[in-house]
Amino acid sequence: MSGAKTGKASLWPMVARRVGSAALTLLLVSMVIFAIAGLLPGDAAQEALGQSATPEQVAALRHEMGLDQPAPVRYARWLSGMVQGDAGQSLVAGMPVGAIIAERLPNTLMLAGMTAVLAVPLALIMGITAAIRRGTWIDRAINLASLSMVALPEFLVATVGVLIFSVKLMWLPSIAMVSAEASWSDTLRSCALPILSLTVVVVAQMARMTRAAIADQLDRPYVEMARLKGASLSRVVLGHVLPNCLGPIVNAMALSLSYLMGGAIIVETIFNFPGLASLMVNAVTSRDMPLLQACAMIFCSAYLLLMLVADMVALLANPRLRAQ
Amino acid sequence: MSAPHIEVSGLTVAVGDVPIVSDISFAVQRGEVLALIGESGSGKSTTALALMGWCRHGGRIASGTIRVGGMVIEGKSEEELSAIRGRHIAYIAQSAAAAFNPSRRIMAQVIEPAIIHRIMTRQEAEAKAVDLFRALALPSPETIGDRYPHQVSGGQLQRLMAAMALITDPELVILDEPTTALDVTTQVEVLKCFKAALAHCNHGRGATAIYVSHDLAVVAQMADRIAVLLKGRLVEEGPAEQVLTAPRDAYTQVLVNAPHPVPAAPAGDDAAPVLSVRGLTAGYGRVIDGMPQIPVLRDVAFDLPAGGALGIIGESGSGKSTLARVIAGLLPAAQGEVLLNGSALPPRLEDRSLDQFRTVQLVFQNADTALNPAHSVRRILARPLQHYHGLTGAAADRRVAELLDLTRLPAEVIDRPVTKLSGGQKQRVNLARALAAEPKVLLCDEVTSALDTVVGAAILSLIEDLRRDLGLATVFISHDIHAVSALCEKVLVLYGGTPVELATRAAFNGSRHHPYTSLLKSSLPTMDPRWLDTTRAPILRGFRVEGLCPFQPRCAEAVPGLCDAVPAPLREGDGMRWLCHHSPSIKEQA
Amino acid sequence: MKRSISLLAGAPLATRIAAGFVGFWLVLAVAGPWVAPHPVGAFVDQDVFSGLSARFWLGSDYLGRDVFSRLLYGARYTVFLGLGAALLAACCGTTLALWATLSGGMVDEIISRAMDTLISIPSKILALVLVAACGSSLPLLLLICALTYVPGNFRIARALAMNLAALDFVAAARARGERKFAIALHEVLPNMIHPLLADLGLRFVFVVLLLSGLSFLGLGVQPPYADLGSLVRENISGLTEGAPAILAPALAIAVLTVGTNLLIDALKPEDKR
Ligand SMILES: Nc1ncnc2c1ncn2[C@@H]1O[C@H](COP(=O)(O)OP(=O)(O)OP(=O)(O)O)[C@@H](O)[C@H]1O
Ligand code: SF4
Ligand SMILES: [Mg+2]
Repeated sequence: MSGAKTGKASLWPMVARRVGSAALTLLLVSMVIFAIAGLLPGDAAQEALGQSATPEQVAALRHEMGLDQPAPVRYARWLSGMVQGDAGQSLVAGMPVGAIIAERLPNTLMLAGMTAVLAVPLALIMGITAAIRRGTWIDRAINLASLSMVALPEFLVATVGVLIFSVKLMWLPSIAMVSAEASWSDTLRSCALPILSLTVVVVAQMARMTRAAIADQLDRPYVEMARLKGASLSRVVLGHVLPNCLGPIVNAMALSLSYLMGGAIIVETIFNFPGLASLMVNAVTSRDMPLLQACAMIFCSAYLLLMLVADMVALLANPRLRAQ
Repeated sequence: MSAPHIEVSGLTVAVGDVPIVSDISFAVQRGEVLALIGESGSGKSTTALALMGWCRHGGRIASGTIRVGGMVIEGKSEEELSAIRGRHIAYIAQSAAAAFNPSRRIMAQVIEPAIIHRIMTRQEAEAKAVDLFRALALPSPETIGDRYPHQVSGGQLQRLMAAMALITDPELVILDEPTTALDVTTQVEVLKCFKAALAHCNHGRGATAIYVSHDLAVVAQMADRIAVLLKGRLVEEGPAEQVLTAPRDAYTQVLVNAPHPVPAAPAGDDAAPVLSVRGLTAGYGRVIDGMPQIPVLRDVAFDLPAGGALGIIGESGSGKSTLARVIAGLLPAAQGEVLLNGSALPPRLEDRSLDQFRTVQLVFQNADTALNPAHSVRRILARPLQHYHGLTGAAADRRVAELLDLTRLPAEVIDRPVTKLSGGQKQRVNLARALAAEPKVLLCDEVTSALDTVVGAAILSLIEDLRRDLGLATVFISHDIHAVSALCEKVLVLYGGTPVELATRAAFNGSRHHPYTSLLKSSLPTMDPRWLDTTRAPILRGFRVEGLCPFQPRCAEAVPGLCDAVPAPLREGDGMRWLCHHSPSIKEQA
Repeated sequence: MKRSISLLAGAPLATRIAAGFVGFWLVLAVAGPWVAPHPVGAFVDQDVFSGLSARFWLGSDYLGRDVFSRLLYGARYTVFLGLGAALLAACCGTTLALWATLSGGMVDEIISRAMDTLISIPSKILALVLVAACGSSLPLLLLICALTYVPGNFRIARALAMNLAALDFVAAARARGERKFAIALHEVLPNMIHPLLADLGLRFVFVVLLLSGLSFLGLGVQPPYADLGSLVRENISGLTEGAPAILAPALAIAVLTVGTNLLIDALKPEDKR
């Protein structure tokens, strides 16, 4: 009975604690990223001046760029820059990292968003159907299909997609063109293959976790009770079970969506898609440290943000957690 | 006589080809209550659920016929059965806490049967639910439906489930051990409500009911007829009175004349205490100023002489297990001390010596979780032998065999994994492991609560023999008042973590008690069918006030102006020490 | 071993097929170089990207080398790097998880926080950065893949260990005065083996996918060595022709990972109804 009173009161401290914890993790992540990037061989000053520069010139530039200062100082400077939205200068392109990213980020968000719009409902339908039809051939078929899809290498999915849809059928282009001038339908057509490939990659995991979350509840006494009230299995799953596993399901969705940001590397590469992930691959191969760090921070922030949202949904959906 | 309302004949429920219950036949007249009794695994719930066409764990109705009213149940499709379930036949489950959906409001769940079967509008159903809440004596009937299940108590939830079952005025109600998960004091009140509600169902004509239980005394209060199940077969069926007073079947006779523990011989009372507890305060969470965040035990004290037996009773959550954990060192106390042979035991495990570990052994409540499922019996028993006594090889083998013998386990279980033992055997291994240490003090935490009566009684008599033969001092934690009062020389009664009474066996079996102990004792059902009607429903007024007598909100003997104003004093006399304004001694009473 | 064989004999068809695929790959990975019909690096075909033929079972690649032989050699790197990294990740993750669970308090806090940090860096990103920073020799690749999957294994193992540590038999061992190490080894670990093996299989699948992904990007196994992912990369120009040189290694990876995944699923205890 006291739960009713304390329920609402303790919600905000819990939310605050989770936000704080996510912020702390992000801080730690920034340290890790900074530290690993510091391991990269080569020197930005050397890189910028080229092989012909004299040691004196390099030293001077190093001093100018602040590279001769101890790591903690450089870290602090980098972090405060990041917080203020200044990620530094790209060593290769010679322009602000922020500008390069600003050009790519919308593309990545568009790709991730469109994939999510397709994949999330599909995964929910697959997962819920499998759970409701537990033990039947439909369940087994979905299980087999999703198990296989989870383990498929992305380049197989993408190359087979290209072979079928662009080479054989010639329906869709094999290169994704994204430009501001292109019409919506053109953009959609040229991004169809990347979107389809990514959907195949993420939908299975979401569907499996949805089914597992529901199936985990199906043996609970309250499910039996609801059935004995005369409710059909679909009514029980939709009306009784889903509210109880909203937390795990949203968590699975968030996990898969975060994959669409940083995990799209291979798909982006195959289709020449101008997204953040392929930008990052370029940064790795050209050892462009500031760009690399900024990209990594974006991916990690996206992950943490999605996880935080999932946590909040779980908190709000479960009256017990809320009143803990 | 009219045609029976329910007629079951030759019912067999099977999983694959293995029958769980076979060849069950009985008939119930309209408005009668039939009780199904038997020990766990005897097929009570299976039989009851088959009446709704429902089989658990992939079972199916293999043969037989079931008629409820005019309806044929067997062979119906899921859709046809759904139309009957919750409409004509309603179910009340064992644990309401698990049977309510934790994330939906109570009202939505209570009226769901009416909504599913489209017999009322939402408004009508809610109005009817509130009426039912009122009839079931639930507090604030208008608003209790707006709460979530975790916001009401277990007893209330069980009554709310009754409302859920009765909302469609079903012609048959199935109650599956509806009070087993409750404390005895709560059970009285829930039983009273159920009885009244069943009688008023169907516009006063009364519902037909199937009442599943393992407790004959409870059944005596509720049933018109009794059917006794043993290993999936019906061994006896007849009018309640005949089954209770003149059972025909041998198994029923055992049940009715349930083995009451034989009172144990007292140990020398003047022996020096081997275990003493002084001013113990403990709980969970961080300790601030000697008070844990969630205090459970407050100011507990007792002495246990060598070879003596102390019983600890109290409702669920009163801190019995916590006390055992504190003594065993699993939970450091916040205040007070535990003395072993007069010297203080370090509160934390890390600071105790091997010998101190050895001397105090804890037998856990639930043998299923207390034994590592990855190990064999031999490994479980050999480990403490090696750990405490350095025994290995043949010497250890010999000792393991002795221990099996001591706990009356057959020698061939030795290499079996513990998962392949029966409940009673597991509990014996659990006990043997503690004995392997050769302890001086044995802490037994509800060692029989997971066992059937007959098996439990055997374990109790085993512990009693061991205590006598090995001179073990035993702390006996239980909610079984009969067992405790027979086996223990002293009884400590905990209420909400506070020791309210410490009595010798003679005093405890006498007639004067602390008000809480009286309530506990009067809440124990008896075989007398009139017991329920003559027992007072427990009261509850206000909330516990810190500093005052903890039992005050529920006390029937509270003195107005005194108990709600002045802390209860600790008083002694006539073999009792208790926390109450009333005096234990009869002389002082005047 | 004998038990697992007899167990398989009685297993359903799906299990046996999956086990067959996985076994097939293990054998190929070990025996590959001996059964390969042509030397790995030899330019044996006049044609590039030729189709399936009796002489070149899986055709030839962009330089006219025998795809089948290259596949057999490449499988070794994929299988053994994957297996090694998965084993290493599982050992580290589980050890850390047991340590964190049984120590509790600050130790648990610190380890869990560190793992949370690592897990919030997407695995491919982490591996990429590490490869860029440390290089991609074979031992380093193994270490990097292992490190990338330690946090995932840690999470699973810690959840399992936490559940077990709350059970009474662990309390019984503590009350007996057992030391943490003995409790971890004798009481907790034996009860985690089955789910951990399943997780090991899953990590193996992930590592193989990650590794071949890295190689596909040109950041994994470096020439002269080539794993299955590298084979896909070097033949990418054959995509428009639908050459077997690009499809065969990609399919080979899929058979290995899907087979492993199906095997794990088939071996896990049926979920009860
Ligand atoms: N780890 C814990 N953290 C917080 N509170 C706890 C913890 N364990 C137990 N409690 C609380 O301490 C109180 C006493 O619990 P305890 O297990 O000692 O009761 P008990 O008398 O043994 O009950 P039962 O008869 O059900 O076994 C309960 O209110 C319980 O909720
Ligand atoms: S002190 Fe008063 S309220 Fe408490 S038990 Fe005694 S009579 Fe009842
Ligand atoms: Mg207890």
